[in-house]
Amino acid sequence: MTWVLENLDLLGSRLLAHVLQAIPPILLAFVLSLPIAKLIAVRGWLRTSLTAGAGLLYAIPSLPLFIVLPLFLGTSIRSPLNIVVALTIYGLALMVPSASEALRAVSGDTLRAATAQGYAPLQRFWQVELPLAGPALVAGLRVLAVSTVSLVTVGGVLGVPSLGMLFIDGFQRGILEEILSGIVLTVALALLLDLLIVLGARVALPWARTPRRKGARA
Amino acid sequence: MIAFENVGKTYPDGTTAVEDFSLEIASHEAVVLVGTSGSGKTTLLRMINRMVDPSRGRVAIDGEDVAGLDPVRLRRSIGYVMQASGLLPHRSVLDNVTTVPVLRGTSRREARSRALELLETVGLDPALARRYPSQLSGGQQQRVGVARALAADPNILLMDEPFGAVDPIVRADLQQEMLRIQKELHKTIVFVTHDIDEAFLLGDRVVLLRPGGVVAQQGTPQEILAAPADDFVRSFVGADRGTRTLHVEEIEGRRIVVDADGRAAGVLEPPAGGAARA
Ligand SMILES: Nc1ncnc2c1ncn2[C@@H]1O[C@H](COP(=O)(O)OP(=O)(O)OP(=O)(O)O)[C@@H](O)[C@H]1O
Ligand SMILES: [Mg+2]
Repeated sequence: MTWVLENLDLLGSRLLAHVLQAIPPILLAFVLSLPIAKLIAVRGWLRTSLTAGAGLLYAIPSLPLFIVLPLFLGTSIRSPLNIVVALTIYGLALMVPSASEALRAVSGDTLRAATAQGYAPLQRFWQVELPLAGPALVAGLRVLAVSTVSLVTVGGVLGVPSLGMLFIDGFQRGILEEILSGIVLTVALALLLDLLIVLGARVALPWARTPRRKGARA
Repeated sequence: MIAFENVGKTYPDGTTAVEDFSLEIASHEAVVLVGTSGSGKTTLLRMINRMVDPSRGRVAIDGEDVAGLDPVRLRRSIGYVMQASGLLPHRSVLDNVTTVPVLRGTSRREARSRALELLETVGLDPALARRYPSQLSGGQQQRVGVARALAADPNILLMDEPFGAVDPIVRADLQQEMLRIQKELHKTIVFVTHDIDEAFLLGDRVVLLRPGGVVAQQGTPQEILAAPADDFVRSFVGADRGTRTLHVEEIEGRRIVVDADGRAAGVLEPPAGGAARA
């Protein structure tokens, strides 16, 4: 415990670095997955190739990717930008299939009804299709957020500062408290993000939590 | 006026839903398309608001080919009610009813006050306005669907089995409501159903369809009942089941109409201005 109290500054800066590397790929992967998923839904033949492609992306081992990326990006091996790009790629691999499934699950009848009322195609996508896919998208986003937060730690091996560095450093120097703080903070950060997403969804999708009233009469 | 001029529809998969269909529907007239499942009713209805474009022939509204109209604007000018109400689950009842006026640029406030009136028109308690569709019964949802279709005060109302999914008691109620609304508003209505009783009740004119959108017979309910064109029509309207053959019996000086099974169907009044009452 004393180690923790003496190193609060270090913990704080590692936590901040971790958050800064986790949030951008989560947002990027989520936002980019939507148009890609929509494209997949519109062009049926794209679905098989792109979802398979996305699965393959996920099979790329993360450590080599972190090492190879700087060659493409022209960044240094310790640059957090590598982490952001790599995790966006993984995030897309996770989120594209999930978003395309979410869009596919929206009732065709409801969409046709919206068209019949006079929604223009883009209006219908933003105002009807996307909100109705909302609950399933949120489920995907939760997995994306938690997985990204945990993947950021891999960068620690390469010396990119993050909570991951705490366990690497803790192992090398035999400081149990440092290892534990790294693990606890990573888990806590993942849980906190997850909670924020759930609360945000409640506000943004109020209709999704109203219980059905069955057996009511006209 | 809506005119179908030799329209046909073959879907991309090769199904010919409608072979060659022609019909004129006068303004303020309620026409019911009735026929078995797959006879092309929905296909025909959707040609009017360009949800389906005909493969052959043309559909004209007031003489203008709909193919030349902007589909989005066309749809905003036509009320559409479908079977499972088609309400947007993520919008409150009120916001569902204001959909089309808001799409057309009416201010939300103005649209809402009109929507509340409309809820009363269709027999709904305005207290339901804040609910989501999933919190309503099937019958209530259909009423909201009708209110939504009326919200922009369209001249044309398309209704695709709007009361198909509710129980018979609620359905009868909705039908009466529909008759009352039509008496007040005089819309041009194209109504699709496979229930011949509903067709006879609501239609100024009824069009009986065979598979392929082939017209088996069309006319007023009276004309069809008086002279069914063929066996298909006869069996469809139930003429051969005896449910529609009524006869008159005199009981205690009153003339009672009795069906083929001997059940009393009603009392026969002398025609207005006819013989003096006893
Ligand atoms: N999008 C489509 N693609 C291919 N075939 C279709 C499509 N829509 C309808 N059909 C076919 O066209 C025919 C007529 O369909 P339609 O929906 O117009 O019938 P309907 O009279 O409305 O039937 P129901 O009473 O069951 O609603 C059917 O054989 C149907 O399978
Ligand atoms: Mg149909």
